[in-house]
Amino acid sequence: MAVKGWIEVSDTYCKGCELCISACPQGVMELDMARLTPKGYHPAHTFKEGCTGCAICAIVCPDAAITVFRETTKAVPVPA
Amino acid sequence: MATENLVYERPEAFTEMPTHYCPGCTHGVAHRLVAEVLEEMGVVNKTIGVAPVGCAVFAYNYFDTDFVEAPHGRAPAMATGIKRVLPDRVVFTYQGDGDLASIGMGEIVHAAARGENITVIFINNANYGMTGGQMAPTTLPGMKTTSSPNGRDVETQGYPIKMSEMLSTLEGTGYCVRRSLHDPKNIRLAKKAIRTAFETQVRGLGFAMVELLSTCPTNWGMTPVNSLKFVEEHMIPAFPLGDYKISDAIKQIKI
Ligand SMILES: Cc1ncc(C[n+]2csc(CCOP(=O)(O)OP(=O)(O)O)c2C)c(N)n1
Ligand code: SF4
Ligand code: SF4
Ligand code: SF4
Ligand SMILES: [Mg+2]
Repeated sequence: MAVKGWIEVSDTYCKGCELCISACPQGVMELDMARLTPKGYHPAHTFKEGCTGCAICAIVCPDAAITVFRETTKAVPVPA
Repeated sequence: MATENLVYERPEAFTEMPTHYCPGCTHGVAHRLVAEVLEEMGVVNKTIGVAPVGCAVFAYNYFDTDFVEAPHGRAPAMATGIKRVLPDRVVFTYQGDGDLASIGMGEIVHAAARGENITVIFINNANYGMTGGQMAPTTLPGMKTTSSPNGRDVETQGYPIKMSEMLSTLEGTGYCVRRSLHDPKNIRLAKKAIRTAFETQVRGLGFAMVELLSTCPTNWGMTPVNSLKFVEEHMIPAFPLGDYKISDAIKQIKI
């Protein structure tokens, strides 16, 4: 089964530049035309299943707007 | 049971302030790579940045390090003074091509010639971004800018200046490479070069510069995505990527 990942895009930082959208190898990103950030940009989001958590979108994002997560079968150590 | 795992988050070496850069401008990518490297090296608390005049003039707002603002082109001179007085600090300049290769040509050449133990991040976007897209020493032959509306005419305006090639001829230069920010693979290579340039300084191995081919979607009159294609198709042929100088001691650094 493919690795499952997901992302969070920050409304504070995203400027709707679309660089993440064209870089995402899974083609699961688009601008959310139904929403505007406080600055007036349509933010990027994932619009369908298939994110693998590869973080390519975060690597190309000029505004460090994307946080990337990946599901793992290993238990993640809880910080003390 | 599946659990969640953080793969990537905004670097802690950044402040919370959103940048003023235009959407899709790769100045932001360069900032992020510097922030990630400083964080990974654990030197955020002892780093002093020197901001230029140009679009990166507000860089001091974005990095959670100490910062000073230099007069146009003079960042290498200020960095020289800071590093000599405080040699245990990590000192870097962040400069555009107008700043470094036009008005600041003298400062950068002599800082390299003296082998100042500083790190220079050089953003080559082939124009003066901040002031409205005028021709820079790095503007491509035939490229239209607001001050070369018919395209750069090499007969009267000369050919682009290749800073990495030039500075690599100087004895004091320890590390001098050109990278690009136009795709994920090249961004990774750029980050590795930035890391090496800071490791060079930490080890006292001389002047280090990373030239980064960068976009200016606003003044190029292109979408951010098309600007990346322009870098790949037009800037890289004029400014070949590569390692222009890596001293033997720096080649031994394992990252
Ligand atoms: C002494 C002085 N001369 C000229 C200027 C006007 N000026 C401001 S930014 C700039 C050029 C910036 O271009 P570059 O260094 O390439 O940075 P970019 O904005 O492209 O990142 C100039 C000429 C100035 N601020 N100070
Ligand atoms: S690359 Fe970053 S700023 Fe650009 S649209 Fe994607 S999340 Fe937003
Ligand atoms: S983590 Fe990878 S697959 Fe998921 S949205 Fe980002 S680029 Fe696409
Ligand atoms: S003017 Fe050009 S270099 Fe300056 S922030 Fe905008 S796109 Fe970037
Ligand atoms: Mg410039």
